[in-house]
Amino acid sequence: MKNINQKDYKDYVDGIVPKPTYFKNCIWAFIIGGLICTFGQFITELVMKYGLNKKEAATATPIILIFLGAFFTGLGLYDRLGKFAGAGSIVPITGFANSIVSPAMEFKREGYVLGVAARMFSIAGPVLVYGFGSSVIVGIIYYFIY
Amino acid sequence: MVYIKAFLVGGVICVIGQLLMDGTKMTPAHVLVTFVTSGVILTAIGIYEPIANFGGAGATVPLPGFGYALGKGVIEAVKKDGILGIFTGGIQATAGGVAAAVFFGYLMSVIFNPKTKK
Repeated sequence: MKNINQKDYKDYVDGIVPKPTYFKNCIWAFIIGGLICTFGQFITELVMKYGLNKKEAATATPIILIFLGAFFTGLGLYDRLGKFAGAGSIVPITGFANSIVSPAMEFKREGYVLGVAARMFSIAGPVLVYGFGSSVIVGIIYYFIY
Repeated sequence: MVYIKAFLVGGVICVIGQLLMDGTKMTPAHVLVTFVTSGVILTAIGIYEPIANFGGAGATVPLPGFGYALGKGVIEAVKKDGILGIFTGGIQATAGGVAAAVFFGYLMSVIFNPKTKK
């Protein structure tokens, strides 16, 4: 044992440590992501109980979740959740709202146009570009096939 | 039962995102962009529709569900309106969510200040 130097020991530790984190991260992502989706299902059922049809509920649910995601980001609670939830808090639509509010708040001192309004889209912008972009491409292909 | 399905499907989609982030060093932005685009493509080739029917909110709440709404919207609009539907379909189907994101996002950013990091 005395022949082991600090560097070897560090390599040895590095080789072992990440694996449990990998597994732990996935478990947290699964639980938190699953719970947010279950809550989304609950909202869908709730608004349908109040007379919205399936299509209207499919619009109302993201609106409500986006509001909550933005609100809890403002309160500073969503980022605390994100520390251990990882993708579980990023991938649901609430994470999309988080990606808008987080940088926008941070850059408020740069003003309401180039600070807040511009920074809102540092992550949401690319998402909309690729989302809308690919939907138009699908539309073009579908138009010629149909 | 619908809640269990939503939990499972939503959880699995988030785990895929986590694996992409941990395994390939993708940033959250790259994961979100990849997920939305795959949502659109999977919907176009008819794979996401059964997932959404099975998983409910578990499939529609994560970002691929946003892609699903875009893809489904554009296909329906092309059927109904022809060539104009190519440009109106996707955005029309997601207009509520996008407007909410812009409005609430701006509102919350103005009202709240970032918490000091500890």
